[in-house]
Formats: sequence, structure tokens, C-alpha cells
Amino acid sequence: MKTRTRNRRSVIPGFGLSFGIMIAILSLIVLIPLCSLVIYTAQLSPSAFWNTITRPRVLSSYWVSISTAFVASLINAAMGLILAWVLVRYEFPGKGFIDGIIELPFALPTAVAGIALTHLTTTNGWVGQFFYDHFGLRIAYTRLGITIALVFIGIPFVVRSVQPVLEKIDRQYEEAAMILGASRGETFRKVLFPEILPALISGFTLAFARSIGEYGSVVFIAGNTPYETEIAPLMIMAQLQEFDYASATSIALVMLFIAFIILSVNALLQSRVSKRVSGLA
Amino acid sequence: MELRKDSGPLKWVLILLCVVFLAVMLLLPLAYIVITALREGFGAYWAAITDPYARKAALLTLEATLWAVVINTLFGLCAAWSLTKFSFRGKKVLSTFIDLPVTVSPIIAGLIYVLTFGRQSPLYPLLEEAGVQIIFAVPGIVLATIFVTFPFISRELIPVLNAQGTDEEEAAALMGAGTFTIFRKVTLPHMKWALLYGVVLCTARAMGEFGAVSVLSGHLRGKTNTLPLYVELLYQGYDFTGAFAASSLLVIMAIIVLILRCWLERKGNKANDIR
Repeated sequence: MKTRTRNRRSVIPGFGLSFGIMIAILSLIVLIPLCSLVIYTAQLSPSAFWNTITRPRVLSSYWVSISTAFVASLINAAMGLILAWVLVRYEFPGKGFIDGIIELPFALPTAVAGIALTHLTTTNGWVGQFFYDHFGLRIAYTRLGITIALVFIGIPFVVRSVQPVLEKIDRQYEEAAMILGASRGETFRKVLFPEILPALISGFTLAFARSIGEYGSVVFIAGNTPYETEIAPLMIMAQLQEFDYASATSIALVMLFIAFIILSVNALLQSRVSKRVSGLA
Repeated sequence: MELRKDSGPLKWVLILLCVVFLAVMLLLPLAYIVITALREGFGAYWAAITDPYARKAALLTLEATLWAVVINTLFGLCAAWSLTKFSFRGKKVLSTFIDLPVTVSPIIAGLIYVLTFGRQSPLYPLLEEAGVQIIFAVPGIVLATIFVTFPFISRELIPVLNAQGTDEEEAAALMGAGTFTIFRKVTLPHMKWALLYGVVLCTARAMGEFGAVSVLSGHLRGKTNTLPLYVELLYQGYDFTGAFAASSLLVIMAIIVLILRCWLERKGNKANDIR
């Protein structure tokens, strides 16, 4: 039993040293650059900021980024759920291999993935040719291509957040539901799905946030046609290459704001859903 | 007794769906890189990967990765130690700042370093005087690599040390052990596998970083080109064999990382079970 109240001084030594090193590195790598972003933002004139972010070309790049990232994350949410389900509930040969390669998009450099996907999906690539000949569908250099690249990089997020939750669910609940006469579909919908939902949402949001900012895998496959397949990070990059730091910062601020909203919505949903599951609301 | 035994068509339909999805989305691009790299024969492949510029790019990538692993390990150990073994105010804020770099787009990561050390920054005259160039030079690439992999090691260590508590360290300290003895004999054995796991993840991301490094690199062939940037350069010059050959080096690295990851995860789980 703990009777000792936690006094200010811990008996464990080394706080000063480790805290000092931590703060020093954190300042150099994260805090000082962030401060400079804030300082630079404060110097921007509001009208120039507004003009930059409402340029039609910039607005359409936001739309391209958000819409493709959203669709790709939806696909990943569906496939991620199925993959997690298969990996947790079924036994089959080659399962260990599938479990291992899920992380490939984390390990493979995004630029490498980008050029491989582009080459495969051009109208004379292995996959692209098939779709072009049979369905008249172009993949590379369209928004469809961007979506495919974003599906690639987002695969691990949903799987890795749903899998541990699914592993922990006690099978007794399902058995009880079945004894009480629920069909398999009902059991999934009413017993399992509410348990997995928070993890599914957070996996979706992580993939979504990552996809909006993704650059390496997308630039090659996008083709970068203005108003059509230009993504927001590319707009920032273009401004930087012209040394127009004010415009680049303005576009970046809006993207940071969008990422912030996505993560806040996730936090809100998490607290709602977990309250409902634990029966508090 | 198992009431619900999954069998029948649904199971195999779902498995087939997953296998096809992963084969097309993951394995096909991987196979394509290797096949295209070797398309013009092994001689051309060998020439492409032993090109002096390719070698320089690989060395720069290794340099940046090494820095990222060293700095982030040092940071991860210190952060994990001070955040889990002591209580103080502002822990939550600190954790938020530590996790921030991975939620930011790599391009924005590059941008904030340009704003910090670039020509228009208040720091620029100081750097100029000291003769240090950060932007469009190797230090910028190193900083960007550290930034994008920043929380990778601390994030693996903190939960392990949190779960372990402080009792063992307190006992060791009361018996008169010094800081480094406690660390080496008590704490390190607990987090050995988590630390290695973090290092592997950090290495993988550091070697492959493209966006942030692309902003900060001057794209000087042989000077500030990392391997992923070199791949881009060759690709844009329509040297596809060269681009895919250089990519294949990164693919080999990715496969090694995946194997190490699986192995470490198993080791780590086993170590946790024994405890």
C-alpha cells in the first residue's frame, strides 16, 4: 500500500540532466522553428494572406487534396477493417506474411512507391493498360491516381489501430448474443461494431491527416495539372521554389488549420463514442 | 466450447479479397521496381548503383540517418526518463510538442526550417557571421530528417517505462546506486526491445524521407542529394533503369526493416510475457 505522499523531490536521480537534454533538443528541433513560423506569420499582412489563400488555383488545390484524401481514407477504413478482421479471427497459411507486409508503406520511401505506382498505372503500364483498354479509364495523372497513391500510404493506419482492439474483445459477448438468437450479421453490427468504432475512427483520421499532407508518393502520379491534379503541398513547394515565402506560409497555415480541425473532430468523436460504449450517455 | 466457428464461404471470400488487395497494392509495385531495375541486365543495374553520384547520395542518406538515430535516441531516453520517472507540471504540453512533428506535412516541416534559418530570418546574420550554412546544405537535410522522425523513439519508450513504474528505480536509488548504474542495470533491461524497435522505425523513416528534405536540399548532385532525391532526379531525366536501380537499394532496406520489425516485436512480446 502506498502511504507516502508524492513529495516534490523524487529519490531517483538524474532529473536535471535528462530534463535539460530533453528541453535543449526539443527547443532546437521543434520549438525554435515553430516560433519562427509564428513570428513570420505575425508579419504577414492580412490582405495579402487572404489574397493568397483565395487564389482559384490554391483553392482548387485544397479541394483536390481534401477530396482525394477523404476517398482514399474511406477505402482504407473499409479494407483496413476487413484486413484486421481476417488477421485476428481467421487462421490460414501465409497469415504471418500478410501481417508482416502491412507495414510496407511505412518502410518503403514514399518517392520510391510514387514512381513505381506511376509506372504501373500509366496507359501503357501493367495495370494502367488493362484499365485503359477495357474501361477507358486513365489512372496515372488523374485524381484517381492520387487516390491510389494515398490508399497505398494509408493502409497500415486503420489495420494497426483496429487490430489490437479486435484482439482484446471477449468472445463471450458474441456467444451470448448468438445464444440469445442474434444472427451473425446482427451480432457484428450490434455487439462488435460499436466496440471497434472508436479505433476505426481514429485510424481513419490518422490516415486522413497523413494523406492531406502527403507529398512524395503523390507528386509523381499526380501529373500536377493546374486546377485538376495539383495538391496543396505541391502549391507550397512551388511558392518555395520561387522564394515567395509569404505565400508559402499562408498556404501552409491553412493546411495546419485543416489538420488541426481533423484531429479535434477525432478527439471529440472519441470522447462521444467511448462514453456511449461505456454507457455514460 | 466454441459456439461461433468461422467457416464457410465468407471466410474465404474475405481472405481472398485481402490477398488480392495486398498483392495489387503492395507486392506488385515492389516486384515492378525489382524487375524494371534489372530490365537491361545485371551489368546495367550494377553500373547504375555503383555510379559515383549514386554512391554519394547513399552516403549522405546514411549520414542523415545516423544523425537522426543518434539525436532521437538521446532525446528519447532523456524524454522517457524525465517524463515517466518524475512528476512535474506541463507534461501534457511537452508530449504534444514531441508528437507534433509527425502530424505536420513534410513540406511544412521543410518550410518552417526555411523560415528559421533562411535569408529573411533574424537568425540569418548570426549564421552568416559564423560561416554556417544550413538551408540548401547538409545541416538542413540532417535537421529535417531529425524533425520528421522526432517522436519515433520516445513514443516507443514512454509506454513501456510508464507501465513499469518507479518502484525499482527508487529501491536502487535508496540502496545507493548512481544515475547511470540505475539506468544501465534497472531501466535499460526493461526497455531494451522497445528501444531497438524505435531505432528500426526511425531508421526506416529517416532513410526514406523525401518531402522535407526536398525543400531544404539545394538539389546539388553529389553534394546535397539523398538517395530518394537522387531517384527523383534520375526519374525526371527519364533514366528509368537508373531510378529503379537506386530505388531497389531502398526496397532492400525496407525489407530488412520489415523483417527486423517482426523479429523485435516477437522478442518484445516474449520479454513482456515473462514479466
